[in-house]
Amino acid sequence: MSAQTAHGSSTEKPIAFVSAQALRERMHTAVNDPHLRSSFRGAMDFLMAKRAAQFPDESELASLRSLSEGIRQYSLARLPDLLEQLEASLTKNGVQVHWAETPAEANAIMLGIAQRHQAKLIVKGKSMVSEEIEFNHAMEAAGVGALESDMGEYIVQLAGEKPSHIIMPAIHQTKQQIAKLFAEHIPGVEYTDNVDALIQIGRRVLREKFEIADIGLSGVNFAVAETGTLCLVENEGNGRMCTTVPKVHIAVTGIEKVVEKLEHVAPLFSILTRSATGQAVSTYFNMISGPRKPGEKDGPEEVHLVLLDNGRTQAYADEQLRKTLQCIRCGACMNHCPVYTRIGGHAYGTTYPGPIGKIVSPHMMGLEETHLLPTVSSLCGACGEVCPVKIPIPELLIRLREEAQSEPHANPAMVGQGAGYNKLASFGWRMWARVYGRPGSYRAFSWLATRFRMFSPSKQGGWTAARTPLTPAPRRLRDMVKDRR
Amino acid sequence: MSARDRILAKLRAGQPAQPLPAPVLGEHFGPRAGTDSPAQRLARFRAGIESFHAEVHITSEAGWPELLASLCADKKIATLLYGADTHAGRRIADAPFAGTTPRAWAGPVEGLKADLFHRIDAGFTQTRGAIAETGTLIVWPSEAEPRTLSLVPPIHFALLDARHIHPTFFDAIHAENWPAGMPTNALLISGPSKTADIQQTLAYGAHGPKELIVLVINAEGEPQ
Repeated sequence: MSAQTAHGSSTEKPIAFVSAQALRERMHTAVNDPHLRSSFRGAMDFLMAKRAAQFPDESELASLRSLSEGIRQYSLARLPDLLEQLEASLTKNGVQVHWAETPAEANAIMLGIAQRHQAKLIVKGKSMVSEEIEFNHAMEAAGVGALESDMGEYIVQLAGEKPSHIIMPAIHQTKQQIAKLFAEHIPGVEYTDNVDALIQIGRRVLREKFEIADIGLSGVNFAVAETGTLCLVENEGNGRMCTTVPKVHIAVTGIEKVVEKLEHVAPLFSILTRSATGQAVSTYFNMISGPRKPGEKDGPEEVHLVLLDNGRTQAYADEQLRKTLQCIRCGACMNHCPVYTRIGGHAYGTTYPGPIGKIVSPHMMGLEETHLLPTVSSLCGACGEVCPVKIPIPELLIRLREEAQSEPHANPAMVGQGAGYNKLASFGWRMWARVYGRPGSYRAFSWLATRFRMFSPSKQGGWTAARTPLTPAPRRLRDMVKDRR
Repeated sequence: MSARDRILAKLRAGQPAQPLPAPVLGEHFGPRAGTDSPAQRLARFRAGIESFHAEVHITSEAGWPELLASLCADKKIATLLYGADTHAGRRIADAPFAGTTPRAWAGPVEGLKADLFHRIDAGFTQTRGAIAETGTLIVWPSEAEPRTLSLVPPIHFALLDARHIHPTFFDAIHAENWPAGMPTNALLISGPSKTADIQQTLAYGAHGPKELIVLVINAEGEPQ
């Protein structure tokens, strides 16, 4: 696989884990890339307008959001029961259910299935969980091919990159870059930047693979406990190909995706497609309740479901953090995020970028790796306002900042609690609180500050890197008010 | 302890003591079901699915096989694959095709995979019904009409009885009591396959059918 990239060093190589220091550099590079900024700006404006057009009726949106939030919270409150019910229903339907606590366990389970079938090629539908666990690398390391078949994911895989958006993986690539990529990597293909022609090239190449693949892999949008049904939302038909044509279908998903009743998916499906891409409905909604039955002429002979924890139980244990798991992965929070729009999806360095990435990644990777992530936000609140299941993302970002920056203590709610703790900064803020928290000391401090304003430092750390230094005003507000009287 | 037991134990330890009340969906969907007449539902369905680039033809129980044959001739379809062991399949067998060979699906997919991918021009399926709100077909593949019939051939012909158009997906699940018995695969289909993965430019015919053609019967909507 080539490591050719679109935007220079900031996006090279697979990028599951990035240190806090590297994150600062990546953001700096991204924000100074005018090409990347204009392409994300355009794409996000497009997606925001499309979403807005889907919700002309404010009261319908309010009702649907409340209902969707209620369904997700109800499902989470019953999560262990529903997972057991799901397992029982799926088993009854002939689906084999596996459980994995870590990415390594999930990959080992799937590699085991692949080896049992002597699989050479796994063709993949879009699955962010498979990205989260670095599935492709694990399979390739064991000599099993893993090929992405969603057009966006296929492009990103050809480029040796990671998705920069959870719904539109190749949103950072222009058609000219994709044309070049196809011409370089696909034998017999000449350069064309006609989008229809490019899609037809992808269709031709990937259809050959659907036909010969040994295993199809997919994610899951909703898993229905009462009927044992795995639901998949897509437009291209590659998800149906992956789950229908190969002899074996493996679905992999996080443990939070389960709902109790089939009817619960109706509102969630509606708000998902409208929030994500501004579509009233996706082209396909694929409900899989079992492998090929005797008498049926097609469909996989084996269906497996791998349920992954990877930090989700940690979020679950805390009442506030549990709301993170309400997410239905629509991506509206990133489409509306002023930070995401300016730095793009790759700068974050995590599988899930944008606001949702900032609140899920600390559970998956620990705060040691991610303590800076919750600060990559202006707390403008747009993400929380558009979230279809009303996750209070800004509140969770503040909570994660507290977890990251508070002094390490016993029985923390999160792995890596206190990873961003800075003794000096904490001392400074404690002093500030003490001075500002008492009228007498505040008055004395402000009197001194106005008198000695000429001694304000001209270099004020990160603030003066791009701004003029802060200097106290010559007169206090209280003094000016006094003069008026 | 297995991974399963450890995950469930952690979740049980963190589970809220009080369960939340079950969501009430009727309050949201009740008013949305509306009081549309069958004709209005059909109109809404048609406007929706046509906006997703599907082709809709209103025909009749008596006349659809002839229309199908003439559409196949227009589109120069050499081979049309269909399920023989259905009511509609038996009608196709007697339809007046000219230049098109109707081929009944026979045996497991393994025996006709190469033809399915390379030599079949179109597939025909019945539908279970449709959804007016979004312009969506409900397709339940079966022994007679396998899953790939509506997926692999470049053109998909779908036969829809207008009497089975539901206001919303929620209404369809309820009216037909889906949870009582789901098929191995159930599908909602809203147009031919598409993608906007390259620069948000919409392109049809991604991996599934490039064309979806819906033949509507019983459009006058007489009671069942």
